[in-house]
Parts: sequence; structure tokens; C-alpha cells
Amino acid sequence: MKVTFILQDQTARVVDAEPGWSLMEVAVNNSIPGIDADCGGAAACATCHVYVDSQWDEQTGERTPLEQAMLDNSFEVRDNSRLSCQIDVTEDLDGMVVEVADS
Amino acid sequence: MSVETVVIVGAGQAGYQTAASLRQKGFTGTITLVNGEAGLPYQRPPLSKAYLLGKLDASRLPLRQGSWYTDQRVELIHDEAVSVDRHDGVVVLRSGTRLRYDHLVLATGARNRTLEIPGSDVPEVIGMRSQADADRLAPLVVPGTRVVVVGAGFIGLEFASVAAHRGASVHVLDLADRPMARAVSEPVSRFFQDRHQSWGVTFGFGEGVTRIKETEGHVTAVVTTTGRVLPADLVVYGIGVLPNAEIAREAGLRVDNGIVVNADLLTSDPDISAIGDAACFPCAQLGYAPTRLESVQNAADQARHVAARLIGATADGYGGLAWFWSDQGDLKLQIAGLADGYEDIVELPVADEDTQKFVLCFRGDELASVETVNLPGEHMSARRLLSGASALPTPSDARSPGFDLTAWGRAIREPASTA
Repeated sequence: MKVTFILQDQTARVVDAEPGWSLMEVAVNNSIPGIDADCGGAAACATCHVYVDSQWDEQTGERTPLEQAMLDNSFEVRDNSRLSCQIDVTEDLDGMVVEVADS
Repeated sequence: MSVETVVIVGAGQAGYQTAASLRQKGFTGTITLVNGEAGLPYQRPPLSKAYLLGKLDASRLPLRQGSWYTDQRVELIHDEAVSVDRHDGVVVLRSGTRLRYDHLVLATGARNRTLEIPGSDVPEVIGMRSQADADRLAPLVVPGTRVVVVGAGFIGLEFASVAAHRGASVHVLDLADRPMARAVSEPVSRFFQDRHQSWGVTFGFGEGVTRIKETEGHVTAVVTTTGRVLPADLVVYGIGVLPNAEIAREAGLRVDNGIVVNADLLTSDPDISAIGDAACFPCAQLGYAPTRLESVQNAADQARHVAARLIGATADGYGGLAWFWSDQGDLKLQIAGLADGYEDIVELPVADEDTQKFVLCFRGDELASVETVNLPGEHMSARRLLSGASALPTPSDARSPGFDLTAWGRAIREPASTA
């Protein structure tokens, strides 16, 4: 399955994703710039912030309470902000598009 | 002379991040990363947390997959750096390989202080540092195992919470009078002590270990400095670390509690930087006092700073805000800033006193650090506040009724004039 990352310079990168990993892990495994993921997925650092294309809202699920609290106080937060470490890749997400946040 | 060839010694968080940031910032020269451990560079924080609990398998520990190093043209060498020939600009490896550098980054990390007492050479006496350590520990932590943890720091307590949740009986010893005494304020220490006790962990403070008793090569008990004999099957210690600074000292670089660097993270040789756990740097948050920090944040931010300097993109000295986290049971401890030498604290109200904590530490009137448990939003706003140049709340501000740290930060960022 494929996931598209829109980078901070607005170029698109289409990468292979495998169910079972988090979206953050997919990003780092594919060297997506702007996804630093310092804390390794502990929802402690907010350096894996992405904007999920509205079409994919439902499939990605709700923000976790921890994630919500982090995002409430992060930079450049929008209605469709997510921490990509909190999104599990499933078959339902094949083709999804996310934009890498500028933070 | 422009830098074309960068050699990074040490492939932990700091070494890896230096390579990653150099490429991200457009460095096109040669990058060689010397890894003294087997396998791909990996994350250490989960070792005493999710990995040990079995919630994160080994395939997820690497910082990046193997293909990343090829894609990014980062040459990963499995070898050990044994000396630096500064005259010729060469790092010599154990295998005899000589790596020429224009710039050398020492990201050599730290190693555990070991228990130097009779009986500590038994296999069930284990210090937690590497994936190999965690792999040795995991099968030993089963229901009924009697564990003595020596050292009530982050690692010791993280391990204690994992072991207790896996059904082991856990006793923690520390020479200090409270847990995490070097890292957090007293109320946060006491909060964690209470919570650990509710999980069945017992503590002995002001108490160290003098001897480990064994029978036929297996631990049977721990003898403490107060003369107690604690039956044990397993001893896990986390009693601090020593910076890996020998290679720097032998190369004639200044070493004093780590490899000494200036505000730009350069050693006494302008062609050599040192970062991460191994480096002793003038810390902006502590009035530029020589400071050595052991954390992911410090490793990663110092790496980014050095990478930016090497491509000529930075002018200011390193000033990253220190922050830390520790997961223990259902508690996420987060610290923004450094509480060192705090004189005053203000505890702020929380919604759930059993699972949350919110403490501000002050040096004089200056906000030094913010400690939170299960309040990630407040942690983030504390980081924003402490990173900015804006006015920080004083103890009397924080004590005024209805004080709200997040609102304070927001008011500073978005003055009311927008109304």
C-alpha cells in the first residue's frame, strides 16, 4: 500500500507503507524530512506533526487524549493536525495523503 | 578550508542525528558513522520501558532502517575508534582502519558505572544500558522473581515499574533520601514513591549495597550498608554513568566531567566537536556553568547544532532547552528545564491527584523547570514558555489564585490588543 507525504516545500513523496507500523515509522523509514520523531513514538515531543487530508479523517480515527493535549500546545496546529506516531497504518489507509507540518 | 569529510564516532542518538541533520541541511560531502555496537543504531529509551514490557519488538528499535544509510550516503562502520591522530586528522579504528576527517564529531556517549562489590560478577547482576542488557534481563523478570534494584533514578524506577507489573517482587535501594533526587523536586519524588508503593514496590533510602551473596553462580541475597540481608534472584543497577572521554583525553583534548566544549560545542581543537552524553558544555539555562546532560533531547539538539555549524548556517551558541521524560507504569513524567539548585517550588492544582502532578521550580524569582505527570499539554506550554524570550512567571505570579501556565504563555504570545 502507498502513502503520500506532502513535504514542507510542497513536493509530494509517495512511499510504500506496511500495516502494523505507525505512520511516523513509515515516515522515518522513508527519510521524510520534517518528521524527526525524537522521542521514538512516546507522544512526548511533537516532532512528528502532520496534517491529515480531510478525506482520510474517519479512517485515521480520533486523537488520543495525550495527543490532544500535546497538540493543544504545539505550533502551527490546525483542525486536521495529528501526531503521526499515534496513527496506526492499516489497509484502510492505502492511498492516504498527509502534509508534514512546519514545526 | 571547507569541510568535505565528517567522521562521527559513536552511533547513538547524537551520532545518528548528526548524520541525519547534515544530510537534511544539504551537506554533500562524505559522512562516516562509527558504530561500536552490533546492528543498526537504535533508540535506548524504550529499553527500560516498552521494549522490556514486550510492547515494542526488536524490529522497531532501530532509529532508521538499513536502507536509510544507503539512501542518505551515510557510511556505517561497525568498529571501535581507539585513537585520534589530530596532527594528520585521522581516527584510528580497532581493525587498523584509518579514517581521515576534515571535521570529527565525538558522540561517544557514556557507560554505566558498575557495582564494584563482592559478588557483582554473577550473571544475574545486570546494569541497563544496551539492547543486549535488556535482552538478558527480559527472560529473568517473571512472576515471583525477587528483584533488588540498586539506584532509584529514571532507569532504576522505570525498570522497577516494569518488573512490578510483570509480577516480580521489587525492592529499590538508593543512598539518597528520595527517588530521582538529582532530577526532580521533592514533591515529585514523593509522588512517585507513593505510586510505586501502590504497585507493590518497596524502598530503602539512605541505603546502598555492600555485597551480593551467591550460591553456585546464582544470586541469593543482597547485603545492604545498613546490614540488612535482602533475599534476591536478580540485581539490576542504575547508579549513574561515566562519559566515554578516554579517546579525547588521550588525544590531548580537555576532559573534565566529559569532553569539554565551548558554547559552539567545539573541543579545544577547532576541528573536533563533542556532543551528547559525553560532552560537558556551558549550559545557557544554568548561567553557562559546565554541564553534562544525559538525554535524548540533549543528544539530538546538540547534533542539530553541530550539523548547522558545519554547513555554515548558525551564528549563535548552543542554547537548546533541556527536557526529559520517563514512563513508569501509567505515569508519564515530563520535565522542561533544569531544576538544579532550585530554592522555591509552587505546586499547581490538578484534576486527578492520584495520577497527575504539576510543579514549578524556581531559582530565586526565575522559573527554572516545570515538572508534570500525565499533563503533556502543560509540559508543551512550559517548553514554549521556557524556550521563548518572553517574561516568565515569578513564584508570586504562580501563587496568585487561578494562575494558569498555559494561559500565561498564550497571553504573552497573543496580546489582548487583537480583540
